[in-house]
Parts: sequence; structure tokens; C-alpha cells
Amino acid sequence: MEVIRSQKRTASNDIVSTPTLPLYLTAPPMEVRLEEFELFAIDRLRVLKGVSDGLARGRNPNEMDDLVDTLWKEHMRLPDVSEMINKDIISHFVLRLVYCRSDELKKWFLSMETALFRHRFRIKKIEEQRAIVGEFGLPYKAVIGAELESLKERLVLVARSLCQTSSDVENIYYKVPFEEVPDLVATRRVLLQKGYAFVAGSQLVSLVVTQFRSHLSKALILTNRKWTTTIREREKDRLTPIVEALSTSYLGPDYTQSSEYADISLKDIDQVSKSSFPLCMRHLFEKLREDHHLKHGGRMQLGLFLKGVGLKLDDALAFWREEFTKKVGSERFDKEYAYAIRHNYGKEGKRTDYTPYACSKIITSAPGAGDHHGCPYRHFSEDNLKAALSRMGLSSRGMEDVMDKVRNRHYQLACTLTFEAVYGTSCDTGINHPNQYFEESQKILKSKTPTAPV
Amino acid sequence: MTREEIDNNGDDMMIDDPNPKIENEFNVHYLRIYYGNLFPYSDIHKWLSYGHDGKHPGCDEYYFGRREFSFTLENDVYLRYKSFKNASAMEDAIKSNFPYKIDIGAVYSVDPDKRHAYAHSGTNLFTPVERELVFDIDITDYDDVRYCCSGADVCTKCWPLMTVAIKVIDTSLREDFGFKYILWVFSGRRGVHCWVCDAKARRLTNEQRSAVAEYFRVYKGNENNAKKVDLMGHSLHPFLARSYVDFLKNFFEGELQTNQSIFSSKEKYEKILGMITDEDIQSDLRGKWENSARSSLSEEATSLLRWEQLKKTLQSKKNKAPSLRTCIEEIVFTFTYPRIDLEVSKQMNHLLKAPFCVHPKTGRVCVPIDPNNCDEFDPLAVPTLSQLIEEINAGGLSMDVDDDSDKSLLGKSIKYFRSSFLEPLLKSCKEEIESSYKTKIGKSKDTFSW
Repeated sequence: MEVIRSQKRTASNDIVSTPTLPLYLTAPPMEVRLEEFELFAIDRLRVLKGVSDGLARGRNPNEMDDLVDTLWKEHMRLPDVSEMINKDIISHFVLRLVYCRSDELKKWFLSMETALFRHRFRIKKIEEQRAIVGEFGLPYKAVIGAELESLKERLVLVARSLCQTSSDVENIYYKVPFEEVPDLVATRRVLLQKGYAFVAGSQLVSLVVTQFRSHLSKALILTNRKWTTTIREREKDRLTPIVEALSTSYLGPDYTQSSEYADISLKDIDQVSKSSFPLCMRHLFEKLREDHHLKHGGRMQLGLFLKGVGLKLDDALAFWREEFTKKVGSERFDKEYAYAIRHNYGKEGKRTDYTPYACSKIITSAPGAGDHHGCPYRHFSEDNLKAALSRMGLSSRGMEDVMDKVRNRHYQLACTLTFEAVYGTSCDTGINHPNQYFEESQKILKSKTPTAPV
Repeated sequence: MTREEIDNNGDDMMIDDPNPKIENEFNVHYLRIYYGNLFPYSDIHKWLSYGHDGKHPGCDEYYFGRREFSFTLENDVYLRYKSFKNASAMEDAIKSNFPYKIDIGAVYSVDPDKRHAYAHSGTNLFTPVERELVFDIDITDYDDVRYCCSGADVCTKCWPLMTVAIKVIDTSLREDFGFKYILWVFSGRRGVHCWVCDAKARRLTNEQRSAVAEYFRVYKGNENNAKKVDLMGHSLHPFLARSYVDFLKNFFEGELQTNQSIFSSKEKYEKILGMITDEDIQSDLRGKWENSARSSLSEEATSLLRWEQLKKTLQSKKNKAPSLRTCIEEIVFTFTYPRIDLEVSKQMNHLLKAPFCVHPKTGRVCVPIDPNNCDEFDPLAVPTLSQLIEEINAGGLSMDVDDDSDKSLLGKSIKYFRSSFLEPLLKSCKEEIESSYKTKIGKSKDTFSW
């Protein structure tokens, strides 16, 4: 891609046979105006941020399809189709430059672009989807004849296990190494035999998305190399400032540094846990006080939350020590647990200052036997959840609303409704981070009684 | 054994007291003898070299040296990122540290020892490149369904849970995933580890490992939910169906009932009633069982009878609600289906204890388990350090690492490790090295053609 200053753009006759969903396999030879360089990227970034938001709110796949469709039309549409495709491609490659520059940026970009691709793919018609699969040049063969016959009975079982009726059982299956469709394997949505997965036509999206992700991941590494070795220096008066500014403006707060609303000391902690902690953290805190112990998942989730809430390292060590020594004794605490706490604060090992978990991460965790972490709206049984909510002070009416959200798997909305019921105020942005819950709660409580400790 | 009698020269250990008082089966002096004479260094080295023994031009002579090991020493000192050029370097390091625990990590892109030299900002050049696909099953994760023991204890009544876990997972690894070179190892106290060593398995990414672990995951429980297994859908996935029919059903109705009598008391059966989503059926059964509380049948017979009643009731009512259709299977799965520790399997850099280590709490050696004979495995009959030392004393120093005869305590395990696991594995590794070498040569030949 060549970035030029001239007003006129030279005719781009290079995007000839591209389908409407580009795969971004290679940077096309085009010329781009400097203004478009930045503007196109910003528009795409708006789309990606919207995707990020939707995922954080726990939207289901169909809702995400609609969201992506809306976002795309809002920010990326242009009257001329070929110009629209140009913008699509240009903006993607510009953002590659922006987001290749660190592991954290890469991870975010990879996730959002993959999600964007997934949902754009899902709304395409089946013939278009097959064409896109072809574009990737995937070597998978359809299963036919005797092999298909021998598998038929079990393929039917798989379909039925997914609540598909017999008429839904498809005619075309592709034989694919299981490594290529990890998400289908993880959810047991495919039959496996001797290392191969039998993927239905309607499951193609999984195959394609894995390819897309893998390709983009490798491309980002190469882009980073090019950036650090040549581009950054060469463009230091022109593109580099634009690129560097673009990445900082759109990531949400990560609560690594506590804000003015979040600074607690040990003596306040019990009080504050009852007044301002979201349910997940309150549960962990109560269990810690009760059992004088938490397993690893719980220690991480609660420990990082407390860090984000403003608990200093020394106070944190004192806090965990106070509880754990009641069960395991002081020596064992020092040996086995103190290190990990210091590690979380970036004082040991590779000295990363770990960020408190956002709701999306907590919801997708998998608490097992003896664990208390995770998201109560997701992981508790109805009865236990209702009991916990009533301890938080919810009325039965308020509880019904929350339970309704839970049954529809909108766990973050359930938490938001709980927040609204407890504090008697509305929360339009929705809860997507436990520390956000805490800060919002503290804001409200402090505004009511400015001097008293809350 | 008093301190004055101890000779710290590792080669010359005769324990004077013929009946040493053993408070626990483990102590550091026995450990030294073990690492001095019995630990199979060259077998472990051969295994982890995967054929790269330098005897073929296609070998990567630095492969073994890029593997991470970690040592846990006395006093809980933990040393990570250890690596060794070859077998004797590994042997020397173990014999000078006498670690309480040895863990095996991944093969990295560069020597773990030298990783700091490659640290760059932004991009990480020190990354794991290969690592066996591993699984860890620990019986403490079954505490909510075993009534004979809890916590660190294990006995012949609950160990069969591990046996059935091995069968289910092993079958699936071979039949569904096509893996062939699988090593099952006793963890030394209360669980088992599984090492899948196929080249394909070693090259799996974290995402793919996660997918395999999730494929195996059924139990989603902790004390906050009553129903910990939810088998949705109109039928079971073929993998679950096969596990049920081939292993779980019979185990539940047979050995489990005999050992655990899971319906025999109110506390026990309430737990199961809680898994039935229909209140009416619950009360119906509860009523029947409360009335029969004083029957003269044995615990086991009572339990079996109640299970039959439950099955019959659910069968007759199963059209009432879709969730009842899979209720019977859900109960069986809750009690018998394997519960693996997902975190261990998901990441390439996760360390796992090496086979043939000695467990510090029990003194037992982490010996391999033959999945085809796992019914015969008895965790309480595994050789302990003190038994091994006694054996050495009884036979003089004829104990030697190459001994794999059936006559010695450890010999059988070493023989199994060599013949059933190592040999076939190395054969296939060498074939792979040879064929990829030929391909490489073939390719470069082409570039010369004109």
C-alpha cells in the first residue's frame, strides 16, 4: 500500500474478483490518501470497539450477528461497492500496523477481528460461504460412499445430541483433522474418529474462522517485525504519529491503577465488602472469612479485584495472612501463598502488573469442586443464587427480573439489574467489570454521605 | 537410624539397623540411595529425546537440551528452567541436588538456561515449541461422591474411580483422537497422570489442548450447584454414549454400589434426589425409601434395590419433561465419569511431575500403569522407598538400573516402561526423523536441477 498526499486517488483496478468479505491475505497494491489512512482506521476501530462491547455484555451469537451488521452499515458503508471494499481492506491493514506493536494490543486486535469476521461470515448465504472457504484453499474433502455409510448412525447421534431433529441432519460432511476445529471439538459438536472431525456444511464457519485467526496471528508477527525494523523510523514524520495515537484512544479502562474512588484500607474492608462489592467478590470474601481459605481460582479473582480496588501490597499480605494463618499456619502461608500475592502486584517473576479480571473472563471460567470463583449468575444454582441475592437486599420482584436475565444467559445484565436494585439508580452503561461495579457503587454512596466512611 | 551412623557418601550405603523404624515411608537418605542406584536416568533421557540421539544426520542434537525441568528441593526451594545437555548432565544434577520432586516442562525454542539472552521487548523469542498432551486426575476432586475416604486418603474402595477414568480417557484418546503413544503414571498418592507423546500431540497449541480438555469435560460442579452434570440434547454424543455403555454403566451398577452403597442412608440418597428436577418424583421416591429405612437388607442390597426403583420411576415418567430423559445417565456420570484438572492440560508451559519420582508424603514411586490391565493396579501395593532400600540391603548391591526382570520390585515397572511404551515410541520417532530428513534432502536436490 502506498500512502500519498495527492487529492486524486489513482484508479484502483486491483480489487477485481474479491468477494464482499475479504480475507486480508495479502496487502493489495493500492494508493491511499493520508487523510483516508487515519479516517478509515478510526471508523473500523469504532466497529471493533462495538464488537468488544457486545462480547463483554455477553451477547449471544445471533445478537452479535445483528450488532455487527448494524455497526458495519453505520461506520463502513459507502455508496460505491468497490470503494466500500477498499475502505474495508485499507482500514484493516492500517490497524494491523497500530495493533502489532505489543502482545496485549495484538491479542485484542486478533480477538476482535476474528469475531468481526465470524459474524460477517455467518450472515452470508451458504453459496457465498462455500466460495469463501474455497478462497482459503482448504484441502478438505467431502465424505462419501461407504465411509459416509459407516458413520451415518453416529452422525445422527451427534445431531440429536445438539437437539437437531432428524430432518436437520445434513448431507454433506467434511473430513477435517480435529486440530483445525478446536471450538467444535471443545463443545462436542462433531463426531471424532482416529484424529478426524466430521464437520457439517453448516459448521463451516468454525473451520474458516480458525484459518482466519491463524493467518492473522502470523501476519501480525511479520508486521511487527517490519514496523520495528523499517517503517517506524522511515515514517516518523508522517504515519508513525498517527499510528501511535490510534491505539491509546480506544481500550477501556483496565483498573490496573486504582482511581480516586477506589482506595481502601484494611480496617474498612469488611464494611466495604457488604456495601460495594459485586456478588461474585462478596461471595469469595465471605467464603474466605468462613473457611479461612480459598483455592487458586478464587485467590486470583478476589486478589486482583482487591488490588484494583486500591488495597496496597502490604495490606493485601496482611489481609490474606490474617485469614490463611487460621488454617494453615504462618510458616506455610509465607512459603506457599505470599509469593503469589507479591507476584500479582508485579513484585516477583517477570514483574507483570496483572490486571483484575473483567466480567467476560470471570463468566467463562470453570469453577470445579471446592471452588468459589466464577460468576454467581452463571455458576450458582437458582436456589443458591436467590438466597445470595436476598442477602444483598433484593425484593422478590427485583429478584424475578434478575432471574429472568439469568435464565436467558444474560449474566452481566443480571448483575447490572442487581446493582440498580441495590442502589436505587439506573446504570446505563451496564456492568462489565467487577471493579467498575465497585467504583460506581462508591461514587453513589459517597455522594449520599460525603464524610462518613462507606 | 541415628545421625552418627549415616555415611553421606552416596555409593556406600548400608543401613546398620536391620529393622529401621519407619515413621513415614520417605526420608532424604533413602531418597539419595534411590537416586544413586535405582532411578532410570537413561530411560527417561531416551524417552524425552524422542529419537534425537545423534545417530542419524536428521537428528537435532540440541533437542533434549531445550527441555525445561524443575526441581523442588528439601525446604521447598523451587528451581525452575533447569535444562541439561545430555543424560549424564541430568544425572549429575539430580545426584547433586536430590530433589524431592522433579517436574518436566516443555521443549522451548532455546535452552531454558539461556532464556534471558533472548528476551526482547514486545516479542517473546523464548516460547514453548513442543510439549506432551498431559492430563491429571486427582481423587480429591471426587470427594463429593466417595464415602470411604476424603482428602488425601485413598483405598481399594474408591481407587476404582481412577481405573474407570483411565479406561474412558484412554479409549477416547486412541479411538477419537487417533493417539498411540500414551503413558499412564501413578501420581504417588491419590491420582494418575497421562502423557500423550505422539508428535502430533506434542505440537498442539494451547487452544487445541484446551479443546481436547473441554471435550472430556462433563462435570461442572462445586458446592453451589445441586446438579453438577447436565447432559442436554435428545441423545448422548457418541463419545459419551460409548463411555456409558462400555464402562460407566456397569461400573456404577456393580463395583461402585458394592463399595459405596450410594443409596443406603438418607444423607446419601438426598444428594441423588437433588439431581432429579421433578419435585413429584423426588417426593415419591423419598416416601418409599423413608418407609423402608428399617428393612433387614444389607446396605449394598438396599442401595441396589433403590437404584432399581429410581430407574423404573424415571423410565415411566420420562415423557413428562425433556430434562428427565437423561436423568439416569446424569446420575451415573456424576458418580463415575472422569474429572480431569483442566488447567494442567491447557497450557504448554505447565509443569508435571516426572515418572519414577518418589512422592514425599507416601514414599511411593510414581510407576507407570498399564491401561490394558488397570483393574489389577493397587495403589497401596506400589513399592515404597523403604521397601526398595530393604530389597537392596537383602540382595547386596546387585540392584542396578538396567535390571528389568520380574524379580525386583521396580523391575517390572521399568520393563513395562521400556517394552510397552518406549520401544514402540522410539521406533516411530526414528521413522519420522528419517522420513522428514529424506524429504528435506529431496527438496534441496531439486534446487540443483537444471
